[in-house]
Amino acid sequence: MAVLVEIRDVSKVYERGRQKVEVLHHVNLDIAEGDFLALMGPSGSGKTTLLNLIGGLDSPTDGSITIGGERIDRLGEGALAKWRAANVGFIFQFYNLLPMLSAQKNVELPLLLTHLSGAQRRQNAAIALQLVGLADRASHKPTELSGGQQQRVAIARAIVSDPRFLVCDEPTGDLDRQSAEEVLGLLQMLNREHGKTIIMVTHDPRAAEHARQTLHLDKGTLVEEQQGLAVGH
Amino acid sequence: MKYLHLVIAALTRRKARTAFTLVSIIAAFLLFGLLNAVRVAFSGGSDTLAGNERLVVASRFSIMTGLPQSLQARIAAIPGVKAVGHQNWFGGVYQDPKNFVLSFAVDENYLDTNPDIVLTPEQRKAFAETRDGALVGKALAERYGWKVGQKVPLISQIFPRKDGDMTWPFTIVGIYDVTPDAPNGADQMFFLHWKYFDEGNQYGQHEVGWYVVQLSDPADADRVAQAIDALSANSDHETKTQTANAFNASFAKQLGNIGLIVTAIVGAVFFTLILLTGNTMAQAVRERIPELAVLKTIGFSNRSVLGLVLAEAVLMLLVGGILGMLLATAVVPALGKGSGGMIQLPQLGIRDWIEGLVLMILIGVVVGVLPALRGMRLRIVDALAGR
Repeated sequence: MAVLVEIRDVSKVYERGRQKVEVLHHVNLDIAEGDFLALMGPSGSGKTTLLNLIGGLDSPTDGSITIGGERIDRLGEGALAKWRAANVGFIFQFYNLLPMLSAQKNVELPLLLTHLSGAQRRQNAAIALQLVGLADRASHKPTELSGGQQQRVAIARAIVSDPRFLVCDEPTGDLDRQSAEEVLGLLQMLNREHGKTIIMVTHDPRAAEHARQTLHLDKGTLVEEQQGLAVGH
Repeated sequence: MKYLHLVIAALTRRKARTAFTLVSIIAAFLLFGLLNAVRVAFSGGSDTLAGNERLVVASRFSIMTGLPQSLQARIAAIPGVKAVGHQNWFGGVYQDPKNFVLSFAVDENYLDTNPDIVLTPEQRKAFAETRDGALVGKALAERYGWKVGQKVPLISQIFPRKDGDMTWPFTIVGIYDVTPDAPNGADQMFFLHWKYFDEGNQYGQHEVGWYVVQLSDPADADRVAQAIDALSANSDHETKTQTANAFNASFAKQLGNIGLIVTAIVGAVFFTLILLTGNTMAQAVRERIPELAVLKTIGFSNRSVLGLVLAEAVLMLLVGGILGMLLATAVVPALGKGSGGMIQLPQLGIRDWIEGLVLMILIGVVVGVLPALRGMRLRIVDALAGR
């Protein structure tokens, strides 16, 4: 499988007042196209920071991040925003839907950044909602949906613009077991049947079991490799 | 336009707060509309005389200072003058001080100088022949249910009769109509005989309040005005000839600098509005920082976020402002009617609307710019983490 994400010697240092905190320490990682990777580790290990760097939400202090052949660590803020819109789907622990918009309108949000017409946006959003099994809830506001349903709307929003990969930050962290299984099953389906590359941060070993492989981070360093498809150095 | 639903969604997120803010914007622009009308009404229009077919000749020193009646014949002799009439302020009320009646003592010629009045020859003849006769506007007659032939007492608030009584009896001899293009309130006036007034009041000094001059050719206005003022130059009754609008404005100017007062009030209202709306916008954006972070996460640019928040503020100002000015448009004629013609405010014109719209956009940008910059500059990872 071709490599989608190449992380080379990446460090991330945050400044907290006069203190400098190194959250990631010379991380090297390749993620193959079509992979489903779980990143695990204790709180403060740097897994969300690594996810943010891969998703283009933050920039590394040192090192390089190449995704699909493009050095995203060199992109400016505006270019990075365009790159995110075209390449990444985001799924958060607390869904982060806009409360005043219906499920349909929430899913349409990323399509506002495209040149699609209103009718095409509606059609694509309807297809995405159908894929996550919520076609009948299109007009519902987030507050009218359960946690699991909200997360499925968030997944529909993440995939509606057909991004190259999905980054998921604790996507089941706020869900009960059954809803979590539904969401994980959905992610698995997107990975296996639609070939979506998925990078997921989780605390939950049972969630990680749905991934093709799991990497562990500790104190900003990759410490373990499982199942061998992703390569941590 | 494809982002409009996002702007509307943001505004309707807290309906009560948006409603209260809108009410304050509506009130501010209602005041702006009304006060602007007041300012225009009191500004008296252009000083240019040319093009006006009616001129008003009053004392140069004060409107309250009378002019000699003898001046009438001398003005009438000036080439280009078609008719000269005169008026005195009577200041009457009907039955109760709150029933103010816009009443003037006029001579017979006055009717030739006022093209707004539509009167039958019979009514005009009756007015000429009846010493205590009065001509009343149709709207005024309808207001009090007056009929031709009815005896109507008016109480003058200024002029007592010779016996000291302030009540003057009149007989209505005609109810006049007005032309379609007559100004607001033209059909709410009460005209009485100047002779009846002059001979009957304690202060009668054969003086008139002011002259109204009808010109043969409006293009002669400047020349005729200069000739009229030259008649009284260096006398104790020097005159100032001006347009009817300018004359009306000089009445109001006795109250003070209306333009400055209006500007000060409007300035204070808008300053308060900026503080209030600015605070509301800041609070609204503060609450929505995670949502703005989500928009940026999925690819909205900094400029888009800035534009969304600014559009939200400008839209709120535009909706409230336009409603406020529409309300002012409805209130202006109602004020004229309700005041019995005493308050004659011009309807809001295109210039008022342009000024209003510019103010709405300007205030929207002022109150939206700081919250918009905050939204634009937020760091996604910090905002999503609630930092």
